[in-house]
Amino acid sequence: MSAYVEPSLEVKKKGLKSRPVIATIILIGGIIGLLLAIGISVSIGAAEIDVRTVWSAVFQYDSTLVPHQIIQETRLPRVIGAALVGSSLAVSGSIMQGMTRNPLADPGLLGLNAGAAFMLAICFAFFPGLPYIYIILFAFVGAALGAGLVFGVGSLAKGGLTPMRLVLAGAAVTALLVALSEGIAIYYRINQDLAFWNAGGVSGARWENIKIMASWVILAILAAIVLSKSITLLSLGEEIAVGLGQKTGVIKLFGTIIILILAGSAVSVVGAVGFVGLVIPHITRFLVGYDYRWIIPCSAVLGGGLVVLADLAARMVNPPQETPIGALIAVIGVPFFLYLTRKGGQPL
Amino acid sequence: MIDKQFISSYQQNKKKRKVYTILIIILLIFISFMISMNTGYIRLSPLQLLETLIGMGTEQQNLILFEFRLPRIVISVLVGMGLALAGCVLQGVSGNPLADPGILGINSGAGLAVVLFISFFPSTSDVPVMFLPVLAFIGAGVTAIIIYALSYKRGEGISPTRLMLTGVAIAAGISAAMIILTLRLTPDNYQFVAVWLAGSIWGSNWMFVLSLLPWLLILIPYIFIKARVLNTLNLGEVTATGLGVNIEKERLFLLAAAVALAGSSVSVSGGIGFIGLIAPHLARQLVGGKHQFVIPAAAALGALLLLVADTIGRWFIQPSEIPAGIVVAVIGAPYFLYLLAKSKA
Repeated sequence: MSAYVEPSLEVKKKGLKSRPVIATIILIGGIIGLLLAIGISVSIGAAEIDVRTVWSAVFQYDSTLVPHQIIQETRLPRVIGAALVGSSLAVSGSIMQGMTRNPLADPGLLGLNAGAAFMLAICFAFFPGLPYIYIILFAFVGAALGAGLVFGVGSLAKGGLTPMRLVLAGAAVTALLVALSEGIAIYYRINQDLAFWNAGGVSGARWENIKIMASWVILAILAAIVLSKSITLLSLGEEIAVGLGQKTGVIKLFGTIIILILAGSAVSVVGAVGFVGLVIPHITRFLVGYDYRWIIPCSAVLGGGLVVLADLAARMVNPPQETPIGALIAVIGVPFFLYLTRKGGQPL
Repeated sequence: MIDKQFISSYQQNKKKRKVYTILIIILLIFISFMISMNTGYIRLSPLQLLETLIGMGTEQQNLILFEFRLPRIVISVLVGMGLALAGCVLQGVSGNPLADPGILGINSGAGLAVVLFISFFPSTSDVPVMFLPVLAFIGAGVTAIIIYALSYKRGEGISPTRLMLTGVAIAAGISAAMIILTLRLTPDNYQFVAVWLAGSIWGSNWMFVLSLLPWLLILIPYIFIKARVLNTLNLGEVTATGLGVNIEKERLFLLAAAVALAGSSVSVSGGIGFIGLIAPHLARQLVGGKHQFVIPAAAALGALLLLVADTIGRWFIQPSEIPAGIVVAVIGAPYFLYLLAKSKA
């Protein structure tokens, strides 16, 4: 653990410490693990389906067989959705942490998720039956709203944007937006649609939504990988990045757009799930070093794995009821967050 | 001589103004009380209201007022007072202007204890209800100790921001734990947790009033007596010690009182945050920094705020209702953000 107590100092002293070998292992192993987890997750459920049937359902789909239908229509979109949500939250968290050098940055903690959820509540209340292709745009706007409020309040303060103050502002903005969403939900009697979804769950994922969401997410993650070199430089400090000829303003703009797209898409499928974007980037950085060209793809894989496993656990803890994923991940996320705050939130 | 007289008369005028301010707030509580009595699915004209209050109403009117609306209003007033004073003491003792039992996570600890208890003893027979505040106090106390221990750092002590962050995290963790634990029980319990977390005044019958009242009757006068101590604590540790205050002991007792107030209030009201933040701040703006005035003003403002919030929540969409906690958060969160933007690093 001591390897990253003072990352910024460490980096300045020893130069960029990156572990490409470990990163490659994580990438390959992570993808295999992810596929395995997806396979297990698809085969486990109310109707037990063995892995061979899963295989044939995916690659030799036969619409007359009931198990094939279950897999294609309900389980597969759900698992793919979980993986995409995990990847997008983890990648948006790592970009946020890298760009702002704030170790406590997370789309959930800084109000992006609550903002997206708020806009979705508005969407369901005022435009019921809107196609998902537009709903996801609302989610992007909402994420921008949440982020704007938090960073606005944070930068108004005299001491400037300290990590801790941003988190406090995030907590208050989240409280406000959640209260407003709940108020809207109760007023328009859509609270039953929203209740479980507020706590986080991928049970409602459907193919047509997942396809739209996947195209946004994959595009954004690819863009993030293109941008990753510049993010590494930004994570060393604004002055260093400028000194090395980076147009920091442009990078930050594109980074922000990517973050908003990723957080918004994730929330539009799963609801407000926090802490994935906090925990995964830290673990990834600990494992692969400080090069975002490795951190971003690795955290995408690990984040996807975490949410797929959380979804699996959510179905297994108390069948036939589902435990909200958000609650399960908070159980891991909260101690981790406490550990980070104890270290005082030094800049990355 | 003339100077002295002038000063003392000036001070008396100031004192009078503060007393008037508090009286005006109490008047506002009374007005909201009347409006709140009249708010609900079945409307009662002011005349009918008066008739019922002096015991000349029809059976239906009696039932509505005395069994449904009045206990709920009384609970709102009591809980508002309790939370406001808890916040007032927390802010005074910690020197942290953003302290609030909700934000610091103390409320959620109380909530966990209550929810667990309700899950195992679903019947609200007489004994469990009286027992609720005790449990909530234990839950809140344990949580407070955990938060304190986690945010304590050797050599640095307790930094206000770390305390708040720990509180926020603990609150998030406890909410998650509540959801997971209660899902394992029954759907009804899950519904109860959802309602509790949203901060709806759920314990609305006289039994709950009775269970809450003794706590407030003991703790509020205690805090009143300690107003001077709170004043001296505000001057800083060194000065307070110099003035002969046993800081550690007083702090501990006052904190325990605040935890008990927050816990017992929340045990019948659900997780309502921000009252403990707003009420003391507004009170200080209105009557200055002396706790002899801040305490009654904050208590009155807390009662007023929660009563108004609950009334708005009931009036807004009849026949269903918006939990008071949501209404309070919509007002309170922007206020917290405003204070945060004003605060120094």
